[in-house]
Amino acid sequence: MTTRLDKRFARLKAEARAGFITFITAGDPDFDTTLAILKGLPGAGADVIELGMPFTDPMADGPAIQASTQRALRSGASMMKTLELVRRFRTGDSDTPIVLMGYYNPIYHMGVDLFLSRAVEAGVDGLIVVDLPPEEDDELCEPAMRAGLNFIRLATPTTDDRRLPAVLANTSGFVYYVSINGITGSASPEARNVAAAVARIKRHTSLPVAVGFGIRTPEQAAEIARNADGAVVGSAIVDAIAAELDAQGRVKSGAAERVLAFVRQLADGVHGARATAAE
Amino acid sequence: MSASQANSLRNGPDERGRFGIFGGRFVAETLMPLVLDLDKAYTAAKNDPAFQAQIDFMQRNYVGRPSPLYLAERLTEKFGGAKIYMKRDELNHTGSHKINNCLGQILLAMRMGKTRIIAETGAGQHGVATATVCARFGLPCVVYMGTTDIERQKPNVFRMKLLGAEVVPVTSGTGTLKDAMNEALRDWVTNVDNTYYLIGTVAGPHPYPAMVRDFQSVIGNETKSQMQEREGRLPDSLVACIGGGSNAMGLFHPFLDDPSVKIYGVEAAGKGIETGEHCASLKGGSAGVLHGNRTYLLQDDDGQIKDGHSISAGLDYPGIGPEHAWLHETGRAEYVSATDKEALEAFQLCSRLEGIIPALEPSHALAFVSKLAPTLPKNHLLVMNMCGRGDKDVFAVADHLGVTL
Ligand SMILES: Cc1ncc(COP(=O)(O)O)c(C=O)c1O
Repeated sequence: MTTRLDKRFARLKAEARAGFITFITAGDPDFDTTLAILKGLPGAGADVIELGMPFTDPMADGPAIQASTQRALRSGASMMKTLELVRRFRTGDSDTPIVLMGYYNPIYHMGVDLFLSRAVEAGVDGLIVVDLPPEEDDELCEPAMRAGLNFIRLATPTTDDRRLPAVLANTSGFVYYVSINGITGSASPEARNVAAAVARIKRHTSLPVAVGFGIRTPEQAAEIARNADGAVVGSAIVDAIAAELDAQGRVKSGAAERVLAFVRQLADGVHGARATAAE
Repeated sequence: MSASQANSLRNGPDERGRFGIFGGRFVAETLMPLVLDLDKAYTAAKNDPAFQAQIDFMQRNYVGRPSPLYLAERLTEKFGGAKIYMKRDELNHTGSHKINNCLGQILLAMRMGKTRIIAETGAGQHGVATATVCARFGLPCVVYMGTTDIERQKPNVFRMKLLGAEVVPVTSGTGTLKDAMNEALRDWVTNVDNTYYLIGTVAGPHPYPAMVRDFQSVIGNETKSQMQEREGRLPDSLVACIGGGSNAMGLFHPFLDDPSVKIYGVEAAGKGIETGEHCASLKGGSAGVLHGNRTYLLQDDDGQIKDGHSISAGLDYPGIGPEHAWLHETGRAEYVSATDKEALEAFQLCSRLEGIIPALEPSHALAFVSKLAPTLPKNHLLVMNMCGRGDKDVFAVADHLGVTL
């Protein structure tokens, strides 16, 4: 089955450019602002959208995404509203893949089968669930594949060559290489190490490899894009959203436009990367 | 394997770290290789007599084991029913059962060549015990502690600092034990090469729940032989309080295959389960996945984790060890609860009648004993785990009683 993600990465390959993958948290700082940003992301250059499912205990996330999760939950975010955001986005865009990213408990609590049918119906393309390693594949990964969703796995510097095949076995859509040992929003990776790691993963799979964690500027994004099939930016965009709140926590007017302008700069970095490299 | 071994309730977990559907290894990929490594290292250590001998030596000479099995005559008389024995783990070095586990894990960490120890703490007892073994073996120690807990357990914060540990305040969430655990996990994924995460209870990803239980089982094993010596038979019932469930698992596990022994775990009912302000994951929660394992959790309709409430910082955890979840579902153990108020009463009663100032955590166990014992015959042998002493709690208790120190 060819999924939206497969098609998107095939097109990027044909155009000989890297993909730009954006992360925002659903409902941060509120439903309407997320929807406005979401709808503007493809126009601002996002090739794939990761939408965070807020969870009270984001164990793999740093302060920026922890805070975004808290803002979202305070403004009433929930799994149903996250799915509603996807549904509304899909009414205007049938090409840009959306990957839901988060932790297992809210999915488990809704019930895996019910969640999957709702996600498919809303127009979700893939899932990244941080606390489900391949050892727990029967929980969600296998049912998700049967439901036609891509299950995107994280590979990390601690995933050695012996373990990689197990990590890649049920991965589809793309592989997400976490470029550092650590939480989101921490130290930036060394381009040299990233290139070597991407090459290592590509010896084991023909799937596209996207790289994330610690990419904050258009220059860093460009650097990564020269070495990988995709660059993921999360905390920096989430910080830009946080900067749109006034002292009382209210969203300033024009927030979505300014966040999208920042996204555009990052996208230009990614999309110009190979062109600059070729000069 | 003999038939009786095949039917044993003590065989868990399976190779995936499951007790029935509970347990498992729900961790980020970065941690997965570390968790697998730990499992291998622990299995090897467990089967190494030299490792066991090292633990035994330190338990005798440093911790002060075996702890007495003490007949609480005046409480027995007061309640007018079962004979009440206390397993005196509050007499251990550092004042609680937590050191049993810390000793085992630090020796394992050193076998694994780890050079830095991190831990989470709620009441501060596990933090103190971890800081203690780190001082003893010369390893740097970082303890994560929620800001709410730092406020209500000040003496322990100072103790940890005296012992040379760095105490890192955690402000996320409500600043209690679960938040401290999140922060410790974040440290671990960042410092994978040299760092050992010394978890303080029977929670976390496999092998932690089984490993911590094994290190705490010295409580139940001693109880079994001490009771044999005193009364020539098995006890009739066991009672222990439950935060994550380590002191309880340690007492219960050696008795799981003795069907005549009734087992009671006492959760913290806070202001009352009906008020929603409690920490009773089994009585007031539902199945979910947090901190690396599937178990019962306090959560809302959306699967978001709810903050617990208890007068006792050590019981203020929204989950419970996965083996308890399984013992609950199979019915082998019964889980009950005691409120803040009942625990405070038991705290005072024990102080006055036995000359033992208990920690607020085992005061919950005693509160249940005060209801159970009167319903039982005088030849009924009841053991309650006196898993901690109350020195750390005197300021908080004074506060609750309206006394200014
Ligand atoms: C004295 C005492 N008892 C009990 C507990 C609860 O932990 P557990 O249920 O793992 O024994 C604590 C935790 O800090 C404690 O200090």
